[in-house]
Amino acid sequence: MALVLNEEQALLKETAEQFFQEKVPVANFRKLRDSKDENGYDTAVWREIANLGFAGIMVPEQYGGTDFGPVGLGLVLEQAGRTLAATPLISTVLLAGSAIQHGGTSAQRQKYLPLIASGEIVMALALEEGAHHNPCAIATKAEAAGDNFKITGKKVFVLDGHVADVLIVAARTSGGPKDTSGITLFLVDTKNTDGLKITRTHMADHRNAAIVEFDGVSVPAANVLGSVDGGWDVLEPALDIGRIGIAAETLGLIQQVFETTVDYLKERKQFGKVIGSFQALQHRAAELFCEVELCRSVVLEALSAVEERRNDVPKLASLAKARLAEASRLITNEGLQMHGGIGMTDEYDVGLFMKRARVAAATLGDANFHRNRYAELDDY
Amino acid sequence: MDALEKFRAETREWLEANCPASMRTPMKDGEEPWGGRNAVWKNPDSKVWMERMAERGWTAPTWPKEYGGGGLSKEENMVLQQELRRIHARTPLMSFGLWMLGPALLEFANEEQKKEHIPPIVRGEIRWCQGYSEPGAGSDLAGLQTKCEDKGDHYLVNGQKIWTSYADKADWIFCLVRTDTSKKHEGISFLLIDMDQPGVEARPISMISGASPFCETFLTDAKAPKKNLVGELNKGWTIAKRLLQHERAMISGMGLGGGGGAGPGIEQAAKDYIGEENGRIADPSVRDKIVRQKMDSQAFALTMRRSAEEAKAGQGPGAASSMFKYYGTELNKRRYELLLEVMGIQGLGWEGEGFSEDELTTTRAWLRSKGNSIEGGTSEVQLNVIAKRVLELPE
Repeated sequence: MALVLNEEQALLKETAEQFFQEKVPVANFRKLRDSKDENGYDTAVWREIANLGFAGIMVPEQYGGTDFGPVGLGLVLEQAGRTLAATPLISTVLLAGSAIQHGGTSAQRQKYLPLIASGEIVMALALEEGAHHNPCAIATKAEAAGDNFKITGKKVFVLDGHVADVLIVAARTSGGPKDTSGITLFLVDTKNTDGLKITRTHMADHRNAAIVEFDGVSVPAANVLGSVDGGWDVLEPALDIGRIGIAAETLGLIQQVFETTVDYLKERKQFGKVIGSFQALQHRAAELFCEVELCRSVVLEALSAVEERRNDVPKLASLAKARLAEASRLITNEGLQMHGGIGMTDEYDVGLFMKRARVAAATLGDANFHRNRYAELDDY
Repeated sequence: MDALEKFRAETREWLEANCPASMRTPMKDGEEPWGGRNAVWKNPDSKVWMERMAERGWTAPTWPKEYGGGGLSKEENMVLQQELRRIHARTPLMSFGLWMLGPALLEFANEEQKKEHIPPIVRGEIRWCQGYSEPGAGSDLAGLQTKCEDKGDHYLVNGQKIWTSYADKADWIFCLVRTDTSKKHEGISFLLIDMDQPGVEARPISMISGASPFCETFLTDAKAPKKNLVGELNKGWTIAKRLLQHERAMISGMGLGGGGGAGPGIEQAAKDYIGEENGRIADPSVRDKIVRQKMDSQAFALTMRRSAEEAKAGQGPGAASSMFKYYGTELNKRRYELLLEVMGIQGLGWEGEGFSEDELTTTRAWLRSKGNSIEGGTSEVQLNVIAKRVLELPE
């Protein structure tokens, strides 16, 4: 129930803050973007992140992780959000890592978790098929053929899809197009796989995403993650962890934009005085302050709920994801406006934060999706 | 059994024996136990319950025993509150003396004043009201003009206070008065005045809700012995500010609508008044507004809890606490607007046939809620405070 960090967590936060500020500043992200880096993330930085134990933060010690827990991972993501650090943390650690840990056979855990913890593997969740997050609306088909399944269909917005070594693919093995039952998850190797086509897409936030097409891709039955037709039981909790993780990243992002904006209000002079002395701007800044404080509370509570394995994780995941999506829209819009013309320039960071905020908001469900879900979970 | 569990067992036993059955039911209109010289006891059990609790000091459980309080530790008080909740006991005493003046007296008054004034507060014998705002001093409270002159053995007070809650029913008033006209904040003093004298007159003001909880209070050659000055002469502003913190904390809790959630059952109200389809509120736009309200409310409740935990962990009152008054009251206003929208014309009745008691109460409460973001410092003043003190934006 703690909404206050303990000593260990406070120390981790400090380590993460120092690391991202010094080693992965926004300049690092700009370099990736401007050089049209093939990987879309800094592999050297990713190795360092793994060496610090951040990649194995939710992986049990027996698989080479640090088992520091979700609150710890949230702290790392928050700091990453402050500097726009592009890493496979969400795709590989949050989504794939938690799916394998909770749904994997012991052989699958043995195989993948140590590789995740050491940062030696990148994994991606191939889930979405349309313009909006709709996790059970799956048309991609998997048909049993002897000891194999044959997958046919098309996935979009696959985070880190073009750099992934292994995909987790959600396909329909039975049921109608919107049923939660009948979904099966498959581990699919991206190397030397016939019928698999991966195309990198370029999003406004300059982070990695891809279209993945399956044309009768053959996958052995041993690669099913969880049970046949029962993939939803593995998928949904993993999605919630991903959603909370993105909320934590966004918490870092909004704080950075807010603080930068308040600093600017204290510097910029017009009409012979700093613009921060104008009440019209003061009140707007105070409103943003309230939003940041509310966001901090919901993210911390959601992370604690995961850590304590509470049954209100789904509701808190939706609360955090929806709130951070709305708050990040407000704060990046207001931040840009208060910066005036300079906020519109590519040279200034606020625009980069705005673009990232929108993509993060749309990832794993936007505010509309999560408000609807929050109400459904409470049965109204 | 450790000491705390022993305390729990004894408390439970005592409550079983001493809390009257009717005091274990929800509070009824008109039965609120305000105490005071002219107390009205619509339900005689309320008086019995208050007196029994007061005798143990449990109307003010953590205040020192020497002033009539319960002298309980934080942990013991937690146990007491749990046991009271367990039997759904009503609050034994409602009082601005308990909520606002008492804590300020404990911090700023001299020994003689504490001995004189705190025990009657605990026992519910004296009902206090707050003389702060004036017709010309609202948001700019420090601009107050009520004149206070030193007449040797007493002070002579002339002026007018306004928005004095329940002044017409109160026995004493704690007042901010001007003792130095050459300075603003440093010319204000904190004075206790007995209202049972010809120079004090309270006139109720009719509000938009139809109720008259507030008064205009006229002070015309009102007298107060000099011993009634709390703190030093011209140093009343410090006490005033501290007292406002207690008041704001009291008001901001209202946003949680008593139930701790988004207000009890707004989604059920929507199903009842609007209808449902497949278990969902039939109107998707109203449903979305309700979700937003409930999410805001949960986020706010979590922030209040986080702030309390930070304070307990010795991190001081975090910056977050500065937003409570502003956000809590705005949230409460939004909640009532939404509730009214959900209830349609049933939420717009004034009196008489065609409306349930609850519906009529909701209409009045909606109107009352508008005052939340005005009293105790307007929302605009609260935003100024955040901008200047927390964000350190310049004048």
